[in-house]
Amino acid sequence: MRRRQGGAGAVALLLLLIWLVVYPLVIVLIEGFRGPGGWTLEYLRLFFQRHNEAAALWGSLWISLATVALAALIGIPLAYLFWRYDFPGRRILGGLVALPAVLPPLVGVIAFLFLYGESGFTSLLVQRVLRLEEPPWRLQGAGAILLVHAYSMYVYFYLFTRAALASLDAAQLEAAASLGAGRWRTLRRVVFPFLYSALMGGALLTFMTALASFSAPYIFGGGFRVMTTQIVATRLNGDDQLAMIETASLTLVALVALWFLRGAPSTENLSGGRKGIAPSLIPIRSRWLRVVAGILGWVLALVLLLPHLTLLLVSFVPAGTWTTEPLPPAYTWRNYLALVQDPVRSRPLLNSLWLATAATIAAVVIALLAGWMAVQRRRALARSIQGLLALPWAVPGTVFAIALATAFSVHAPLTGRIILVGTIWLLPLAYLVRNLPITSRAVTAGFRALDPALDEAAATLGAGRWRTLRRVTLPLLRPALMAGASLAFVTAFGDFVTSIMLYTYDTRPISMEILSSLRQSDVGVAAAYGVVLMAVSAAVFAIGADRGSAG
Amino acid sequence: MCVGPASGERQQVVKGDAAERRPFLRLENLTKRFDQTTAVDDVSVSLDRGEMLALLGPSGSGKTTTLRLLAGFEVPDAGRVLVENDDVTAVEPVRRRFGMVFQHYALFPHLDVGENVAFGLESLGVRGDALNGRVARALALVDLAGYERRRVGQLSGGQQQRVALARALAPEPRVLLLDEPLSNLDPALRERTRREIRELIRRLGITTVFVTHEQDEAFDLGDRVALLRAGRLEQVGTPEDLYALPSNAFVAEFIGRSTSIGVTVIGPGERGLRVAVEQVEWDLTEGLTPGVTQGPALMVVRPEALRLTQPTTGAIPGRITERRFTGSASLYAVLTAGGTTLEVSGPPRSVSIGDQVGIMPSRRAGGGIHLFPAVPA
Repeated sequence: MRRRQGGAGAVALLLLLIWLVVYPLVIVLIEGFRGPGGWTLEYLRLFFQRHNEAAALWGSLWISLATVALAALIGIPLAYLFWRYDFPGRRILGGLVALPAVLPPLVGVIAFLFLYGESGFTSLLVQRVLRLEEPPWRLQGAGAILLVHAYSMYVYFYLFTRAALASLDAAQLEAAASLGAGRWRTLRRVVFPFLYSALMGGALLTFMTALASFSAPYIFGGGFRVMTTQIVATRLNGDDQLAMIETASLTLVALVALWFLRGAPSTENLSGGRKGIAPSLIPIRSRWLRVVAGILGWVLALVLLLPHLTLLLVSFVPAGTWTTEPLPPAYTWRNYLALVQDPVRSRPLLNSLWLATAATIAAVVIALLAGWMAVQRRRALARSIQGLLALPWAVPGTVFAIALATAFSVHAPLTGRIILVGTIWLLPLAYLVRNLPITSRAVTAGFRALDPALDEAAATLGAGRWRTLRRVTLPLLRPALMAGASLAFVTAFGDFVTSIMLYTYDTRPISMEILSSLRQSDVGVAAAYGVVLMAVSAAVFAIGADRGSAG
Repeated sequence: MCVGPASGERQQVVKGDAAERRPFLRLENLTKRFDQTTAVDDVSVSLDRGEMLALLGPSGSGKTTTLRLLAGFEVPDAGRVLVENDDVTAVEPVRRRFGMVFQHYALFPHLDVGENVAFGLESLGVRGDALNGRVARALALVDLAGYERRRVGQLSGGQQQRVALARALAPEPRVLLLDEPLSNLDPALRERTRREIRELIRRLGITTVFVTHEQDEAFDLGDRVALLRAGRLEQVGTPEDLYALPSNAFVAEFIGRSTSIGVTVIGPGERGLRVAVEQVEWDLTEGLTPGVTQGPALMVVRPEALRLTQPTTGAIPGRITERRFTGSASLYAVLTAGGTTLEVSGPPRSVSIGDQVGIMPSRRAGGGIHLFPAVPA
């Protein structure tokens, strides 16, 4: 009897996920091959004919690969450095390296704009110092995109590598040393093979994020198109069917990448591993090396911190006062006051708040159900559910936005399609779908880490299912729930890519308001929104981590 | 003293009229299959009230599965579990009222010691002062009075074990189940904890089934021992029975030290049974399994049932290959002429490695030599 009920729940969840995750993608695929007169390959032909389509796809691909290479080049050595060496400023720097993670994509991009853009601090400074007529550079094209990507995505490699290194037992290094292996041989034969799967995981995550990246290409791309921006442009042109084909092509690239890196583990394997004893740090003894390391460390810290500081500074600039001076001449609180006092300005804040909260709660509830099913015995069903939950991760946000907008633009309840476009429900639904992978991964990992004997112990002590859930399972899952929820909330709160395609005036989120402020050259307000986004993200992360460790 | 379902009065019932006593806990023909393997194969045992039964066996013998069938975590494919003639086979663990101490204790890490112990009592609806009183009493039983507000993580392994025991006992379960209760303790602590557990359970008179793979533990704690192999119950009996009257070669070899050698039973001799061992013939009087009166057989011998002599007639010739000093005696490994190694107990330093010796049955073999039907190779 009990088994039956659970089974029905699992089937219901499976159907819900098919409806939310798979169905819209299938519809997009179908729509791409349907013209006014029935089935057609016309749009596919168009896709292959147009030069700029191939260029955009190729742009997406190489930018993503280059991003992986750059991020690995920065993230891996940095992680190794922190794991193995003691150097001046190690502690402070250690707190700063993960800073890019609290910058939502769009906020990072505008911070770079204020900092390194044509009229940004750095270029104005260089122009002033070198007495140039023109700005020394233009922050545009592939180089600009790569710069932002490298800054924001090296963190993945850094965190994956650190996590893997943390589980490497120092005894293995000592064993290698006692067997006569020098530093390089140990690194090559012991450390790297150990890191392999973590590095693959970092590469996969970086590639997928870069492929789906929208903010940087949208703001800095200029004439350089990648597929995500191409899709939006095509859609704005009204070529809906062609946009569908583009969407399908981008999905295909994502799935191929996933297949290539299929051996890569998920983060849960890393955290669940056995805990090694960390090796003692090697102090850097040579004096000049210490000086060099110290200087490099501080430069790095500055580079990491500058975007945040820039944003903060610009958020105090009154509208229209800052033009060509290296530093803004006037400062004011008014930008922040506007966010609170002006109903038009404060509305996006409230919107983002409730949208992200609703999406997060729904994602956590689904993740809880799915995680619970994953540790029960209905393996086949649970595995399908886990697969569906992970799918949105492999599909760029632009694609999902298009898919949802297409699927829910028709009123045909019998085919599972209702009109949500233009209502306030489409955006939270999109956030929810996009949040499913992160949240469910964290929560499922939490479930897997629970000792099944605890459930059994509760049963022998006479606790029924609900009491066990309330008194044992949920309290122990709290760290995982907090981690999953905080990640989901931060992602939804700062979302730009799905919002730009699905928002309505009533649900316009912060990111859209930042964009429109920028368009009106109201940089101060745009930055103030950015600071709020950044601060809320950081606070939510901190709460998530704090509650997590307290549990 | 009110923890534990059975105190003095009930124990007297058990001891009172042996003829009328009914088993308190019965396992009837329990069978459990996982995919292809049969983990528990037609196991039947009965326990009197207050009795302590050890489930002993090598790993994979089905002892833990048997315990889980008892607890209700597994549902048997066949057979029943009865408590006082009440069939509980289909009763869920939650309502079975069997207490259990898990191998790794399974203490709730987010609750403190008192909350852990209170957990089962709260399920019974005990609240307020009554709850606090019973938690305190349960903790006092395991010598942890006043530990209520300690965090589980701050306790030593031995203390955690005792909290787990207090938690299982507090709701006064009908049956107590222990899964390898001492396996996570270091050897010195294990000895002491074993003694404490034995005394506590005796005092409470609670019917107990525990799993162990260590013979010492089974013998020390168990009133009776059930020896399992590959899911089948090989023998149930008191430790003395298992040692002195093993029902088959597996039991004889698993319990205590022994070596075995193929022999041929010739027939009745001058005293007892005449047996040909390699080139010599012995008359054996004790420890013979009825049924082997003629033909090939397997002889399982305890080291103390053999003695070393000069190589003479009537003694199996052999060479000392190993010597292990055990304190009061030494154990000698002797490679016989026939190529079998036998373990023989003898005075320390009486012979050296490489010496040619003879092996004879000890004059006081006392149940140390057992003959079983030869297993076809």
